[in-house]
Amino acid sequence: MANQNTISRRALLMKLGILLNGLVALVLAVPIVRFFFSSVTRGRGNGYRSWVSLGSVNQFPEGETRLATFRNPYVTPTDGKTVDTACWVRRIQADQLQVFAINCAHLGCPVRWFPQSGLFLCPCHGGVYYRDGSRAAGPPERGMFEYPNKVEDSVVWIQAGELPTPGFSAGNLEKRRPCA
Amino acid sequence: MRLIARIGQWFDRRLQLAAPVREIAEHRVPRSTASWWYVFGSAALVVFILQIVTGIMLALIYVPSASEAWSSLQTLNHDVTLGWFVRALHGWGSNFMVAIVLIHMVQVFLFGAYKFPRELTWVVGVFLLLMTLGMAFTGQILRFDQDAYWGLGIGASITSRVPIVGPALVKLLLGGPIIAGATLSRFFALHVFVIPGLLIAFVSLHLLMVLKLGINEWPMPGRLVRKATYESQYQELTKKDGAPFVPYAVWKDLLFAAIIVASIAACAAYFGPFGPTGEPDPTIIQTVPKPDYFFLWLYALLALLPPSLETPAILIGSVTVIAALLLLPFLFGEGEKSWRRRPIAVLTILLIAVSLGSFTHLAGYTPWSPEMNAWSGEPVPQDFLRGRTALERQGALVFQGKQCRNCHALERKGGQRGPALDTVATRLTQDQLIRQVLQGRGNMPAYGNNLSPAETTALVAFLETLHPAGAQPARDASRPIGDGPGGEMK
Repeated sequence: MANQNTISRRALLMKLGILLNGLVALVLAVPIVRFFFSSVTRGRGNGYRSWVSLGSVNQFPEGETRLATFRNPYVTPTDGKTVDTACWVRRIQADQLQVFAINCAHLGCPVRWFPQSGLFLCPCHGGVYYRDGSRAAGPPERGMFEYPNKVEDSVVWIQAGELPTPGFSAGNLEKRRPCA
Repeated sequence: MRLIARIGQWFDRRLQLAAPVREIAEHRVPRSTASWWYVFGSAALVVFILQIVTGIMLALIYVPSASEAWSSLQTLNHDVTLGWFVRALHGWGSNFMVAIVLIHMVQVFLFGAYKFPRELTWVVGVFLLLMTLGMAFTGQILRFDQDAYWGLGIGASITSRVPIVGPALVKLLLGGPIIAGATLSRFFALHVFVIPGLLIAFVSLHLLMVLKLGINEWPMPGRLVRKATYESQYQELTKKDGAPFVPYAVWKDLLFAAIIVASIAACAAYFGPFGPTGEPDPTIIQTVPKPDYFFLWLYALLALLPPSLETPAILIGSVTVIAALLLLPFLFGEGEKSWRRRPIAVLTILLIAVSLGSFTHLAGYTPWSPEMNAWSGEPVPQDFLRGRTALERQGALVFQGKQCRNCHALERKGGQRGPALDTVATRLTQDQLIRQVLQGRGNMPAYGNNLSPAETTALVAFLETLHPAGAQPARDASRPIGDGPGGEMK
């Protein structure tokens, strides 16, 4: 029987074994955790966003709002049709445009434009917006999400790439709209 | 026979399972528990097994890829022999499982079974409920159609509202910046590996505790639970007035489970599989996404909460409800078990049932949503046009053309977002009508920018005719005074 101040060879080896396993687990945890959070870290510094073309500005008549579609800039081979994205383009005049995300600022359902009443209506929970995207009625707390846009050589470009959500509206960092 | 017995003995000598299995089967339970009220737990287990079997069958064909999932479901529905039936079994099994788990929980709550010493059994049960709902939600996502796609959008929007880490959580949930291939893959992993694995582990734990601690006895009013005495009382009860679980009580479980599985099969055969609805193509925006039955109440709640309350209600409310469920056995671990002497418990259940039922009912016809086609699909009823002036009829045209009908019903046809306008002239005076139309208020948008003065005049003239034949329209008593000397009407 070993006295209290000594440690048996077996006990030492067992503790060494546990320690070694702990170390290996720790070393292995680093790549696994990095893999798990890769979709978050990759998007840091707006890594997901880039300028996307919507085509010629002339397909959008002045004073009207039209549906446009674009392919999300970040694509993987199994995405299928989910990378095709819709947006509403409002051409105010000449090169002055507003490009709204299709997603309602409430919970992301696809809003529809009704030129007759000049309103965007959401089919899910009844969110309503005016033609300039500001909130008109219903549960949304803010106006519609807007993509930053520019017109170069008569081609409309928008900065897109992320699903706009109420917590973080894609491409709208510059001008967050408070409740209209 | 002798050969079978010898083979059995050969195996048991090596496995040594016969004795413990017999012990489990023949453990004594209080006679009072051989009741039809005690069959829901075992029924939930049987449905869970059905879900595992049908789930594995579906996985033989299903392709968890955003580009192919939808068409693989079409293959299952139309090409594979009885693929539609296995899908229907899995879908109806899911609905039945949620329902049975909820009924089981209500029974356990009303019978005070969560009290000492079964607190942990209840806590594990709460996690089992959450996992069952998690399976129902992730399963709806695997049915990768338009409802699934926009349902994910709703999930992402809710997640994004978590303070600080919301946006990062969204990317973690979606597996990327948008709802796409990686999203479906991770929901597949959740639905097929993560949650079922946890479910099997937790169900085993749950069952183990039921066996070790004994099934809750039928609660007698006035027989209070005390930590010091309960266990010896229970042992005495099972000794004096107990019977072996098999066969004394098990036959009711068996019969009920068979009825449930037969009902699932009948529903599956009669109603068929759920969806899929349209292809998950986000450029198709003519869609009205809706969640599956057991999440409809949430859908309604999200439409009806005041905007400013919504985020706190979602984030704090969900945490509070789960915390309350988990803390219940620790706060009320002793005392009265019988529902006959626990009126607040009974009222709580009734209140929750009525609330969830009402919300679910409302979500069935979504009165908060404009009816998108009412303006072009529902003509103005003839009675509202007969004998009207040209201006008033022009107003009726404006009423339809500006899509007022999408939110306001006439003769019960049209949207229900705003009030029906059949008798609006008895409620609002001309001035009030003009103000309401131009400036909006409450949930009504302002139409000032979208109506010319002539259109407004015509519209209001039409609205002023909307009162019952015998009733006077609303009038502003001060107007005659303001309009002219002597108070005569102009």
